[in-house]
Amino acid sequence: MTPLLSVQGITKTYGAHIGCADVSFDLYPGEVMGIVGESGSGKSTLLNCMAGHLVPDAGQVVFDTRSDGPRDTVTMSEPERRMLARTDWAFVHQHARDGLRMNISAGGNVGERLMAVGARHYGQIREVAADWLDRVEIHEDRMDDRPTAFSGGMQQRLQIARNLVTGPRLVFMDEPTGGLDVSVQARLLDLLRGLVRKMGLSAIIVTHDLAVVRLLADRLMVMKDGHVIETGLTDQVLDDPQHAYTQLLVSSVLQV
Amino acid sequence: MSEYNFAYLDEQTKRMIRRAILKGLAVPGYQVPFASREMPMPYGWGTGGVQVTAATLVPSDTLKVIDQGADDTTNAVSIRKFFERTAGVETTEKTAHASIIQTRHRIPEESLTEDQVLVFQVPIPEPLRFLEPSEVETRKMHSLEEYGLMHVKLYEDISRHGHIATSYAYPVKVEGRYVMDPSPIPKFDNPKLGDMAAIQLFGAGREQRIYALPPYTQVVSLDFEDHPFEASKADHACALCGAEHSYLDEVIVDDSGKRMFVCSDTDFCESRRAAGHVGEQAA
Repeated sequence: MTPLLSVQGITKTYGAHIGCADVSFDLYPGEVMGIVGESGSGKSTLLNCMAGHLVPDAGQVVFDTRSDGPRDTVTMSEPERRMLARTDWAFVHQHARDGLRMNISAGGNVGERLMAVGARHYGQIREVAADWLDRVEIHEDRMDDRPTAFSGGMQQRLQIARNLVTGPRLVFMDEPTGGLDVSVQARLLDLLRGLVRKMGLSAIIVTHDLAVVRLLADRLMVMKDGHVIETGLTDQVLDDPQHAYTQLLVSSVLQV
Repeated sequence: MSEYNFAYLDEQTKRMIRRAILKGLAVPGYQVPFASREMPMPYGWGTGGVQVTAATLVPSDTLKVIDQGADDTTNAVSIRKFFERTAGVETTEKTAHASIIQTRHRIPEESLTEDQVLVFQVPIPEPLRFLEPSEVETRKMHSLEEYGLMHVKLYEDISRHGHIATSYAYPVKVEGRYVMDPSPIPKFDNPKLGDMAAIQLFGAGREQRIYALPPYTQVVSLDFEDHPFEASKADHACALCGAEHSYLDEVIVDDSGKRMFVCSDTDFCESRRAAGHVGEQAA
């Protein structure tokens, strides 16, 4: 089976400071990978390198494209990469404001990706948008409201709808539940889990919240100081951590 | 007159502007950056259009300047005077007699010929500006032909108003490639942009951009399949000349709400009246 995404030797430095160093892994279709680690461990750098927001200093990000099979997205031309970013890829930002157009209605936000790939029928765009808002539990009569009028949890769900509307195969998530209160977090996670399973999505989730990866991720990668220090099945890593840092991380979780 | 170089600008500046114009004509709809000069008038009064006109004028030209269709408003009168004084060219109010027409926010009703040049004053040349604030990003979107965002604006219009409510500066696609802001002309004028015999030049002074449409260029107004583009106008006939297919201004005539609709193109209206057409309120 061809991996959907094959990352090989990704290195990114900021001057003398290491962002992430020599990270390699394969992600198979339908698989959800979690990346955990403390702040500054290089999780977000790695994610941005994979999603094409940052250019890595070395390494390859090979994505299995629909048309031409596996292609290195680091060296592919910018129009191709941007096309991927709005069709087969999705990126969910930590702050919904970064991923949404705040002065455009919820329906317009969801429709943007459709129009970007050539949809030119208002009625159909609206229908699809309404369907997606429903799937992320936003009532249809909020469709013409701007995200500024939405709560934090709703904004985050809207961002997810906006990203998934073109049926991507790979979703990058950067702390999707950060900044939300726990009950809203729980609902969002429930929703995400449902969507990921139903659509057979592959996802890479960066977070520092171990509960999130426990719930969503099949596999786990633990990062510290830009290096991957431990990988494995989620339950295996969390229940039987081998590396001293992972043991610290797991034992630092507050028990209620 | 002798204190100024012909048409105010120095020859090197005109040369630079002409190069931008030629590039604009070669790549229809593409915004060419140029080193806009300070002009002796405030931004917003047509500094871009004036520079393009100055670079295009030759002593044998006849110049017409219109502002919202009218020859006799402040902006039109002062720019006409400016070129009378600095270039000494002949000026006219007759559309047919002019070889260069500088315009603010209208295209004359009378169809133009291959011997004419139409110069538009443009306040904001970037059609994507209010959707995407970053210039770096909009340039990239133009170069990669990523124009989905333009339709998001039209989508918002329909979702809020039930129809495409953008009534001026209505975005167009030029020759299937660049999306262009046609300057704030009413969308009634949009169909005239395409396939026009005259050269159309667009100058934005503050924003330092020039773009152009060569004669007989394909220009399509953006729309949705189920909400097609419509060139709208007030549903009246001109009160002075009775014209039914010209763009109308609504004029409030007293403080009890009475109003009249008159042609915004004053030359068109006058020549119709001279030919004997009479509207319902003609004195």
